[in-house]
Amino acid sequence: MSTALKILVPVKRVIDYAVKPRVNSARTAIETQGVKHSMNPFDELSIEAAVRMRERGSPKVEDILALSAGPAKCVDVLRTAMAMGADRSIHVELPDSSAAGELEPLGVAKLLAKVVEKEDRNLVILGKQSIDDDSNQTGQMLAGLLGWGQATQASKIEFEEGGDKVSVTREVDGGVETLRSPLPMVITTDLRLNEPRYASLPNIMKAKKKKLEKKSLEDFGLEAGNRLKTVKVEEPPARKGGGKVEDVDGMISKLKELGAI
Amino acid sequence: MTNPALRQQVINIYKELLNLGKEYPLGYQYFQTRLHNAFASQAGLQDEEKIKKAIERAEYVKKEVEALYYLKRYRALRQRYR
Repeated sequence: MSTALKILVPVKRVIDYAVKPRVNSARTAIETQGVKHSMNPFDELSIEAAVRMRERGSPKVEDILALSAGPAKCVDVLRTAMAMGADRSIHVELPDSSAAGELEPLGVAKLLAKVVEKEDRNLVILGKQSIDDDSNQTGQMLAGLLGWGQATQASKIEFEEGGDKVSVTREVDGGVETLRSPLPMVITTDLRLNEPRYASLPNIMKAKKKKLEKKSLEDFGLEAGNRLKTVKVEEPPARKGGGKVEDVDGMISKLKELGAI
Repeated sequence: MTNPALRQQVINIYKELLNLGKEYPLGYQYFQTRLHNAFASQAGLQDEEKIKKAIERAEYVKKEVEALYYLKRYRALRQRYR
């Protein structure tokens, strides 16, 4: 009989994808005050993947744990995660992000490794990257720290007969690649994995009754602290308008002028 | 409306649609007025079959709006991360 899945889905609260980010006046970070935040879209995919595993029923999913590390407002994304189908969640509270800076991927990976150990998980599904700092590192680092197999950018996840091996399809240049690994493993999700459901009103209400634990980094024996320092954040240069040319000769002379031919 | 069960269903779907409208691209106000008008225009329905049909239509609209949100986000992300 296959082992029951105990899934960990870490989620991140990021600036909403539809908001145009602005650099703050000190040019050290993106302005986050008074900006709409929501769950990282790639994390929604991973929650959906976990919930669909349960709905498929084989192998059995014992429990889906959502986790978020960040300021107090991260509770909102955890509630969304639970409304989408996670069973319970842990909020690792960090001081307000503006002061201490948020955790780096390595910090997050260390934290997740501790959580996996403490909560006895055998599958971690992460979004491949967050849409705010686009590091695309946490899943890989976590797999390294745990010594587990990893399948990044999954576009399809299937359990083999019996359920102890997982086949993951990834979209690579010019085709698809299929990986097979026994549990436990780390999977990161790509955009085409599934279509995340919308958290319906009744489910949002039900999610309020689900268990949400508050923890701190110290509870896991970790300290906040970053190795990297953001030196400067700048907006990309504004796009310059194009020019019109009269005819072919005009275009050729223009191209020569620019040194293109 | 006579049947209390149906009445509850109508109220529920109205609330769900309102909740969905909070993220509507053209603004909540736009969505809310249109939603209100759409429901108000059907308020006089007495025939249970017709009410059920109208609820079905509301469910359909709900699915469409959800699909709209999904597609909007999917396209935005695809454009960014292709």
